[in-house]
Amino acid sequence: MNLELPVISDLQVDVLLADLLEHYGYDFTGYSKASIKRRILRLYSLDKAVSFAEFRYKINNDNFYFKRFVEQITVNVTEMFRDPGFFKTLRNVVLPKLGTYPLIRIWLAGCSTGEEAYSISIILKELNLLHKSLIYATDINPIVLEKAGQSMFAMSQMKQYSENYILSGGTEEFSSYYTANYSLAKFSEELKSKIIFSTHNLVSDHSFNEFQLILCRNVLIYFDRDLQHKVLQLFDDSLEGLGYLALGTKETLDFSPLAKNYKRVPAEKIWRKVS
Amino acid sequence: MGKCDALIIGGSAGSLDVLLRVLPFLSPALSFPIIIVVHRKHGADSLLPELLSGRTKLVVKEIDEKEPVKAGVIYIAPSDYHTLIEQDHTFSLDYSEKVNYSRPAIDATFQTAAEVYRSKLVCLLLSGSNADGVNGLKSVKAWGGTTVIQDPASAQVSYMPEQASIHAKIDYILPIEDMAEFINLLS
Repeated sequence: MNLELPVISDLQVDVLLADLLEHYGYDFTGYSKASIKRRILRLYSLDKAVSFAEFRYKINNDNFYFKRFVEQITVNVTEMFRDPGFFKTLRNVVLPKLGTYPLIRIWLAGCSTGEEAYSISIILKELNLLHKSLIYATDINPIVLEKAGQSMFAMSQMKQYSENYILSGGTEEFSSYYTANYSLAKFSEELKSKIIFSTHNLVSDHSFNEFQLILCRNVLIYFDRDLQHKVLQLFDDSLEGLGYLALGTKETLDFSPLAKNYKRVPAEKIWRKVS
Repeated sequence: MGKCDALIIGGSAGSLDVLLRVLPFLSPALSFPIIIVVHRKHGADSLLPELLSGRTKLVVKEIDEKEPVKAGVIYIAPSDYHTLIEQDHTFSLDYSEKVNYSRPAIDATFQTAAEVYRSKLVCLLLSGSNADGVNGLKSVKAWGGTTVIQDPASAQVSYMPEQASIHAKIDYILPIEDMAEFINLLS
C-alpha cells in the first residue's frame, strides 16, 4: 500500500460502516478501527476507486461489489497446522480427552478458507476419532466458505504445510492426504465428510448448538473490547462443561469476567471450562 | 511537554546489533513510549524482549492486543502479526497479508501511527535488506512527523536506510553512536 495521506477519513469509515449496517445488516462497528480502516484503504487502492462518493455508491447499490467488499475487509489469511505447538497440544491433550464422548462436536468459528478445519480433520482421523466427530466450520463470509468446501489448496503451500504437520506431531506421509492436480492439492473426501461449512456472524447470530471444543483463532484481535466480551459470552453459552475453548496466540480470556470459570491448559491459549 | 509522543524504531537485517548498542544509553525516565518493529523469524518469540530487557532499565515487553500505549515503556511488536496504533492510543494486532514480504511490516505501524501522533511522532529506520518502512516514512512526513534513518555508512545492510533516503524526505541521518543522545533529547 502506498498511501501517504489516506484518501478516506475516520469519519468516512464510520459512514461506510453505518451504511453496511443499514442496508445489509452487517455490523462492523465493533471492529478495531485501525485495522478495518487499513483494509478499506487497501481495497480502495486495489480497485482504483475514483472518489469516496463513487466507492460508497457502489457498495450500497451493487450487490456483487458489496460481497467483494465484505470478503476483502475481513482478513482471510490462514494456514494448515499454523502454530504447530498448538496443534500438538490439540493432538496430545485435548482431543484424547474428548475421545471418551460418543459424539464429539467441534465449532471452528471464523474458519475462512478452511485450512484449519482440514487440519483438525486429519488429527481426528489419526486418533481414530473422525468417524464420531462433527466439525461445524463457520465464517461471516460466504465466498470463503465456498472455497473451503472445494477442499483444494495451492500446491505451492504443501511444503510449508507438511513441515507444520510434522512439527505438530504428525507421523504419516502428509502427501497421502491429497492428490496433486496441476497447481492444486485436492484433499480427500473422507476428511471433508465430517465438516459442515456454514455462514455464521459472531456479531449478530446466536448460539446454535453445544460443543465440547470451540476454536476461534485470530478473530477476536479484530474486535474491540466490548465486542470481544460479547463473543466470549456466546462461546461460553455454546460450550459444555469440561469443554475447551481455543484462541489465537495473542488472544486471551484473562481480561474477561468468564476467566474464573476456566482453567488454562499450560503453555497454549486453550482454556477448559471447569464450572 | 516534549515534542515527541511516540518513537517507533523499524529495522531488519543488522538492526538487532544497533538496538543492543543503543538501549544501554537510554535515559530511564523517557517521557514517551518506544515501539520496536523488527523483522524476525516466526517462532523465535519470547527471546527478543528478554534479550533487550537485559540492556536497559526501561520496562521492555512484547505487545498484547488492545494494550494501552504507555510512556516510558519499550514495546516489541510480536512476530507474525502486524502492529497497528489506534486513535485511542491502544495497540491492535492484525494477521492480514504480509507487506513487503514481512509480518510485522514496519510500514503498517509507521502508517497507522502517523495519523494518530502526527507532528509528535518520530520514526527511526535502521539497517535492513528490503524497503519495508520507506512508504511508512513518507506517511509520517505527510502527517508532519519526524523521519530519521541510520546512516547507511554505519549499517550492516545499507539497503533499507538508503531506499528511505532516496524515496522519502528524511530529517536526520544518524550514526549509531549518536542515536541514544538523540532519543534522550526527545523527552
